[in-house]
Amino acid sequence: MQETRMMLRNIGKINPISSMEYAKLGGYASLRLALSFPNGIVGMLKDSGLRGRGGAGFPVGLKWAFVRDTEAPQKYVICNADEGEPGTNKDRILIMGNPHAVLEGMAIAGRAVGASKGYIYVRAEYPYVRELLEKAIADAEEHNFLGKSIMGSDFDFFVEIRMGAGAYICGEETALMQSIEGQRGEPRFKPPFPAQKGLFGMPTVVNNVETFANVPLVLSLGSENFRTIGAPKTSGTKLFTLSGNICRPGVYEFQTGITIRELFEEVGGGCPNGKKLQAIQTGGASGAIISPDLLDTPMDIESCAAVGATFGAGDLMFIDEDQDLIEVCASLAGFFVDESCGKCTPCREGNKRLLELIMKFRHHTATPKDIDTINDLASTMMDASLCGLGQTSPTPIVTAVKNFPEVFERAMARRDEK
Amino acid sequence: MIKVTIDGIVAEVESGTTILKAAQQIGIKIPTLCYHPDQEVKANCRICVVEVEGQRLLVPSCAFPCTDGMVVHTNTPRVRRARTNILELILARHTQDCLHCHRSGTCELQQIAADLNFTRKPRYIQSPRSEFRDFSSPSVVRDPSKCIACGRCAWVCTNFQSVNALTKENRGFETVYTTEFNRPLAETACVNCGQCIQACPTGALTIKDDTAKAWKAIFDPNLTVVAQVAPAVRVNIAEALGEPVGTISTGRLITALRMLGVDAVFDTDFTADLTIMEEGTELINRIQNGGTLPLITSCSPAWVKFCETWYPDQLDHLSTAKSPQGMFGAIIKTYYAEKLGKKPQEIYSLSIMPCTAKKYEATRPELGRDGYQDIDCVITVQELARMIREANIDFERLPEGEFDLPFGLGSGAGIIFGATGGVTEAALRTVYEILTGHELKNINFTAVRGFRDTREATVNIGKLPVKVCITSGLANARKIMEMVKAGTADYHFIEIMACPGGCVGGGGNAYRNWKKVEERNKATYLVDAKQCPVRQSHKNPAISEFYKELGVAPGEGIAHELFHTKYTDRSNLPK
Repeated sequence: MQETRMMLRNIGKINPISSMEYAKLGGYASLRLALSFPNGIVGMLKDSGLRGRGGAGFPVGLKWAFVRDTEAPQKYVICNADEGEPGTNKDRILIMGNPHAVLEGMAIAGRAVGASKGYIYVRAEYPYVRELLEKAIADAEEHNFLGKSIMGSDFDFFVEIRMGAGAYICGEETALMQSIEGQRGEPRFKPPFPAQKGLFGMPTVVNNVETFANVPLVLSLGSENFRTIGAPKTSGTKLFTLSGNICRPGVYEFQTGITIRELFEEVGGGCPNGKKLQAIQTGGASGAIISPDLLDTPMDIESCAAVGATFGAGDLMFIDEDQDLIEVCASLAGFFVDESCGKCTPCREGNKRLLELIMKFRHHTATPKDIDTINDLASTMMDASLCGLGQTSPTPIVTAVKNFPEVFERAMARRDEK
Repeated sequence: MIKVTIDGIVAEVESGTTILKAAQQIGIKIPTLCYHPDQEVKANCRICVVEVEGQRLLVPSCAFPCTDGMVVHTNTPRVRRARTNILELILARHTQDCLHCHRSGTCELQQIAADLNFTRKPRYIQSPRSEFRDFSSPSVVRDPSKCIACGRCAWVCTNFQSVNALTKENRGFETVYTTEFNRPLAETACVNCGQCIQACPTGALTIKDDTAKAWKAIFDPNLTVVAQVAPAVRVNIAEALGEPVGTISTGRLITALRMLGVDAVFDTDFTADLTIMEEGTELINRIQNGGTLPLITSCSPAWVKFCETWYPDQLDHLSTAKSPQGMFGAIIKTYYAEKLGKKPQEIYSLSIMPCTAKKYEATRPELGRDGYQDIDCVITVQELARMIREANIDFERLPEGEFDLPFGLGSGAGIIFGATGGVTEAALRTVYEILTGHELKNINFTAVRGFRDTREATVNIGKLPVKVCITSGLANARKIMEMVKAGTADYHFIEIMACPGGCVGGGGNAYRNWKKVEERNKATYLVDAKQCPVRQSHKNPAISEFYKELGVAPGEGIAHELFHTKYTDRSNLPK
């Protein structure tokens, strides 16, 4: 299947560091446009239907409007490049291949909301991304696409890089801000939302790398045209990361609404060695594990939600028949035990207990009561945790229990055989 | 004002009020653990979650602001399930040895388990946070196996005190509140103030219990037990035994101590007056002879350690006068022992204090001589309450007793040492009259009173405008000390108390909040105004008699030897 390369259009065609090469292919034209009519940007984004690409899918124009409308002496734009989700590489691919699209998106955001300062928070494991970004930023400043009086206008915008230190939780927007401020990386209670009181207590736009890369496209295509791309309520293209038991893993750009089957069979080439597909984890480590019966689900936020799958950041992990699903659950539960920040009770204590319960199935000591405990505990974690981590970390386990009851029953049955 | 409906009852509240506070207004009691009325909202324990119509998830009522027309439910199956499950998760990390825990009866976790009618059999493996217990400090015992990771201790240590001796370490399930590099508390910059104990909802941080030591001395026929009772104790002990906050019980307290078996009960109020004489003389000397100013008080041992740790280059600002406890200890072991014809070792010097840091102060080598310490044991208000209960004493029905002589008479000026601003007011009451030779028409310096904030005032003493500053809480003290360091603190006198609100807010009292501290503060000034015939230290006849007997003036000879001390640079402590 042919990709629809919009964000990735320049990859391999230009020197990614060079802002001039980017500009020659139409880059920074959207920023120039934004400089001349700053008041129209938020409206265009609203009309475009662009939603956040980090996983939550919040409408971008709406978020920016909140920041724009909050009075403050200083505002900030943060690009979340703390790509810590296992099995996700899209932000790295995007920055390495087309960094100026992200920088341009950030500058447009700054212009739209009245911020003169931006931060890119880069995952600790991506030192080479930092290196490239530093060069790209310096190059953009040299050519006046960033910095003081951008392109002769009255608009200043400076971008700084901040490195994470390896904590998954710092991809959560408020924990990320804590980290930039030099505090322990822990999420803050919302409200107040970052748009009201964000970085250093000031109104802040926080968006994902891919979201910012879409912004220049909205301005250059026009919101009406952008809206026609992809699924009705998740407009645009999306970077999908295919991983697990698949012949051609990787990051691919397609219009939203492409079905999981198309991605699995035509793009990814199915499971290696002709193995049968057992399950798919959708939307990242905290996404739902679904049955292959749902292969025809279109990848957009609404369609995924309707069938109990997770759109998330567009990740799909394929699990073939040889894999032990309980092992998969244990591995995911262990990940969240490691990555819980420890601030709130349900997440700090609950993830560990979920892992212990899963281990009972792995060791064939579980009883049907343990299924009840898993569901009971998970419901409280999802209902009462402070941030998205604890609220979603039980998802793979409860969906596995629900969608693959026979796997868990088998694990218990083997206990009886003993 | 906005309207919010909670469990069918309409509450009218200011916009921005949290659901928890709105519920409290209409008599709905939502359980809380990480919430403390004196502190910033943390929203981490999640026990206070409620259901708000229109919200997808449960919300923490301690943090969630009310909006107009909001409909809240605090007792639904969903809420009850979440609360019970959260409590179960917390209890699975806790030793649950309530029957031999000092917090039994005042423990917030125990109360919530009872309130939630929690009887479920454990579903999880019991795994206390840590088996290690830290008994290194003379003041505070740490037992992380009872810690629920609410963060209240670290909050006060950081925000009230700016000491940062306690902090969060590790992540996720391994999260613990601990000291820097897990050092024993005694080897950190901890100032022993006990505010962490006051903040802790469980038995994870408790007062180092010295009651066994006290009992042993009391039952030893070869020891004469001499007790001194600090000013703040008389407005705190009844509260610690279940009576209303701010109950004054001086007379009953004295009776109780006698019933416990104490041989002589003296009033630290006497040495508070002595402190005024010594420190007041020091202030006058420094003003008249161009000495180091501002002069800063030294009665609060936690503050003294803080100053030694963080501002060792400013120690010459500290008054060299010992604290009232320290002065009394010296008197008991020298002057009084001689009077009784006993060796200092035959006298057991017992302090009853509102303060955990006094336990630490008693161990300072400066407070002793010839191989013995001036104070053998310090019992806090909480511990005294325990001893009274142990001795089967019905405190409420005790007759009033009187302090023993010759150290049973103190002035109202000494009494108000228990409240922030009290030392300053007491000093002004005396220094004014000594410097001007005129009698004060009004001895109430209300401008220096208060209980929360830093205050400053200028008092004209003759032609000299004397500028004073009063603060409590070490975070506030740090701000003042930065000014002192920079040379911009143009005060003559600064009063610093480590505990927010002064001794009535001290770490050894019953569990505090600002409202209670305010009540205890009021009670203190009531004792001064209504129960003290003498309200100025230099007019206390026992004081002038005492100096006459010593044969010296304040600050001279034996008085200097016994009642003054020196300080140590402790900047090498980890901080």
